[in-house]
Order: sequence, then structure tokens, then C-alpha cells
Amino acid sequence: MSFDVRRVREDFPILKRLVRGKPLVYLDNAATTQKPRQVIEALVDFYERHNANVHRGVHTLSEEATNMVEASRAKTAKFIGAPKPETVIFTRNATESINLVAHGWGRKFLKAGDEVVLTEMEHHSNIVPWQLLAKEKGVVIKYVPVEPDGTLDLEKVRATVTPRTKLFSFVAISNALGTVNPVADMIRIGKSVDATVLVDACQWAPHRPLDVKAWGADFVAFSAHKMLGPTGIGVLWGREELLNAMDPFLGGGDMISRVTLEGATWNELPYKFEAGTPNIADAVAFGLALDYLSALGLDAVRRHEDRLAEKAVALLESAPSVFVLGPKDSALRSGVVSFNIAGLHPHDVGTSFDLEGVAVRVGHHCCQPLMHKLQCGGTARASFYLYNDESDVEALGRALKRTLDFFKIGAKAGVR
Amino acid sequence: MEGDAELQDLYREVLLDYFRSTSRKGKVDPADVRAHGINPVCGDELEITARREGGKIAQLRYAGHGCVISQASAAMMGEALEGKSEEVARTLVKAFKKMMLENAPVSSLPEELEPLSALEGVRKFPLRVKCATLAWNTIAQGLDAAAAKEA
Repeated sequence: MSFDVRRVREDFPILKRLVRGKPLVYLDNAATTQKPRQVIEALVDFYERHNANVHRGVHTLSEEATNMVEASRAKTAKFIGAPKPETVIFTRNATESINLVAHGWGRKFLKAGDEVVLTEMEHHSNIVPWQLLAKEKGVVIKYVPVEPDGTLDLEKVRATVTPRTKLFSFVAISNALGTVNPVADMIRIGKSVDATVLVDACQWAPHRPLDVKAWGADFVAFSAHKMLGPTGIGVLWGREELLNAMDPFLGGGDMISRVTLEGATWNELPYKFEAGTPNIADAVAFGLALDYLSALGLDAVRRHEDRLAEKAVALLESAPSVFVLGPKDSALRSGVVSFNIAGLHPHDVGTSFDLEGVAVRVGHHCCQPLMHKLQCGGTARASFYLYNDESDVEALGRALKRTLDFFKIGAKAGVR
Repeated sequence: MEGDAELQDLYREVLLDYFRSTSRKGKVDPADVRAHGINPVCGDELEITARREGGKIAQLRYAGHGCVISQASAAMMGEALEGKSEEVARTLVKAFKKMMLENAPVSSLPEELEPLSALEGVRKFPLRVKCATLAWNTIAQGLDAAAAKEA
């Protein structure tokens, strides 16, 4: 199937709506993506025809619902190159996936003085769970510094990851800057000191082929809602031996094998980590999102986004007093374009763009330490996905011109 | 152009003037009232310091980076509260928040807050209301903390 953005756009009902009287130009895909008709219909179909609890009943609907969730799990495993579907744990989101590792693995296997290495470009979701653990267990957190251009220097990764490192957890693609990290090299460095390696693949999984076996990491986390799927579903993939050795995260129904008044034994994978009634309908609909992405092909998706992002960078950089953050080399950048306008706060940029129907994210992007490092309180961020087209880049240009004109921002002066 | 009218309704000229003005930027040192406010939406931080004299707020300054709305609101607040007793200051904080949060008519604003009517357009952007109220919530906290310390 060749990539035809006009046909793709027809699958996304929300693209027909108006925002403040203008057609919606949705450039906030790094926060969450829109959903194709196929995913929305899968939700309706599930509730209208198959709704039942899973793994409990022997009746027809329960069996159907169970099979549908397990089919989604198998699709997810295939999508990320995991040989065994049971190593795919469904969570609420990537944040919960990382917290699951911090609780189930970190609390059991880390002790005072052990080092956890993160990078300065992590999302809060890959910082705060470790800070909580550091407080509780006396674990020491170290950070690989970020270079001024928003990249990581592998020499500095090597200098920070040492034999004292028990866990190396890092983001594959920065949600704030779009930096594509050298994931394979970083995993190799972590493994060379026998560290456990966790990759936050939230911005990778929706845009680039992911093969957990080829990567060789121990844990990979991502969220369904950033890749056409519903909110409320996240994924944690883990190496089977580790998942088996870990403690459960939440206790309750479904995650046990046997419960007595004195104690309990744990269910097998993946159910050991899926306590309580899971998010059944959204897990099922996520399978349709994966089908959609697979049919288009992630290589074609990525080429399409890269082309739009390159145009957006060129457009922004040619405007007076606009600064694009992150790597200049487009090979090191994903479809995320973070920028600032001198003298203008990102919030004012965001509101002004919204009046043009253009949805961009503004603020610290849940990366306050990174913003601090780059000495900016925040940025405006345009992030592209498969349904964006050239007209969206043109709308970004119109919104930018309108903003610069209104706030009288010229080559040198800002409003300040 | 229709677009400019929309932007002008939100970013009225008087707001841009207050935003550019530096007359109340900075810190009072030593300060009798000191408070730190954070807008959780954007992470912007604002520090408000004030000096009292004879039961009145003699001098008020704000420091920190922020958007046009939050900085202009802080500058106008400084102008409105300087020279007022704490009791009056608290009444003014309440009146301003009532206008922003409860959609009270601009005409009901006390005379001292007349310039603040320029923030009326912000009410159409619910996420930005927090920018407008940041300075006011911060000074309220500062006054409470100072009063608690003296009690």
C-alpha cells in the first residue's frame, strides 16, 4: 500500500472539525495522536457486541473478550519483535510501565549505594519514579549531561555508566526536542557493565520500526495513545527472566495463582502484572491501531513526517527572531520541532497559534530539568504525524507570521 | 483583519504596555512579605516581595519570567496594591479573582482595579486564566504567611 496522505486523512474524523472558526491543524502529536475511524469503531463494536470481563467466565462473551485482548497482545508482540506475547504487559500508560519496573524490579533488586543512570533529557516519568526509589532505598541517581545542541555525547555516556550502574534508563527520542538518541550504542554501553537497561520508547514506537530483540534492552515502555490507539493503554515489554524474578506491582484479582488467608502465589506472565479488571476495550482497539500502522508501514510514515518536519524547520529558521532547538542535522531529529520566539513567552505563542486553528504544545513538555539546562522556561513544539500534510506546514507559517506581526517582532527586537 | 481583532481582544495595548514596563520588576530587600508562586500549567515561577510601612503595603515588586498575561497582571497588581492597607489589598484580590474565575462583570471591579479590566478577554481562554491569577494568588499566600508569622 503506497502512502497517500489524502486517503489517510479521510480515516480521521476529527480532522473535519473547526477550531475557532478555522480548520483544525493538529500539530501536537507528541502529546497524543488522533484516532482513525477503525480504532473508534473497534471501541463501539466491542461494547455493542462483545463486552464481558476477561479470564473469568466460561460464557461465550467472556471467551470472545479474552480472545480479543490476547489477539491484541500478540499483535503488540509482533509489532515490537518480541518472540513471546506473555512478555508484553498492558498498563495504563508508559508512566505506569516505568513505575512498574521501579516497584517490581527496583525495590527488590536495588540497594543503598547502587547507581541508576538517567539522562538530562528524560521526561518526568523517567525521573520521578527513580527519585522516589532513591529516597526509599538510598539509591544514587546520576545523569548523562545533554549537549547544547540537545544531543548526547557517547563519550559522556561511557563516563557516566560504570560498573556501579545497576540500571540505565533513557529516552529513545526526546519528546521535547525530537533528538533521536543512538539507542543501540547506549544499550551496548549499559550491557557492557551488566546494567539492566530500560528504554522509554514513547516517541519511537509510533514512528520507527521497533525490534526489542535486536535492541537487546531489558525493558521497553511506550503508550498506545501516542500511536493512534486509545488513551488508558500502555505497554511494558520485559525480558522473560526478569519479569519472572520481579515482584508484582499491584495486588488483587487476576494476578494471583492461589490465595489463602495467610498469603498468595503469583499468576504466570503477563497476568502477574495485570491486577484487577484490565482496560479491555482499549486494549482491543489498540490492536486496530497497530494494524493501521502496519498496513501503512512505519518506514513510509517516517519518510512522510521527516519531510514535513524539515520544511517546518526551514520555515521557522528563516523567520526573524525564531530559534529552533535540538539537533540541526535532520538525521538526528524526529518529527518534533521545538522552537522559541525571542521576547515572547511560549504560552503567548500557543494562544496566538490556536486562534489560527493550529494546535501546538507549549511549556516545559514535562522535561523541566532539560529546560533548565537549555536555559529556557519552555518552548513551543510542533510535532508531526502521518495525517499531517503540506497545508499544515503552511498553516504553521501563517500562524507564525500573524504572531510576529501582532507582537511587532522584527529581526532584532522582541516585545521586551 | 479579523485575526488581529481576535488577538487585540486578548492582548490589549494596555497589557502590552504593562508587560514591557519594568517599574515594578525586581525584588524588595529586606522584605516583610515574600511569596513564591508556580503556575503548574507552564511551570512559570513568580516571586513577589513587599515592604510594609504604617500598616500599608509601601512597595511591591515581582520577579521571574512569564507570559504577557501573567507579567502584565503582576505589574498592574503592584500598581493597585501599593499604598493600600492589607485589609483593602485582600478585598481587591478577592474582587479580581471574582472577575476572572466567576465571570463577574468588569463594571463591578473596584475603581482601583480599573486597568485590570483589560484582562477581560483572557476569560475566553480558560487555560490562560491561571496566568492572570498567578500574581494575585501569590500575594494572598504571602500576606497569609506574614500574618501567621506575627500571630
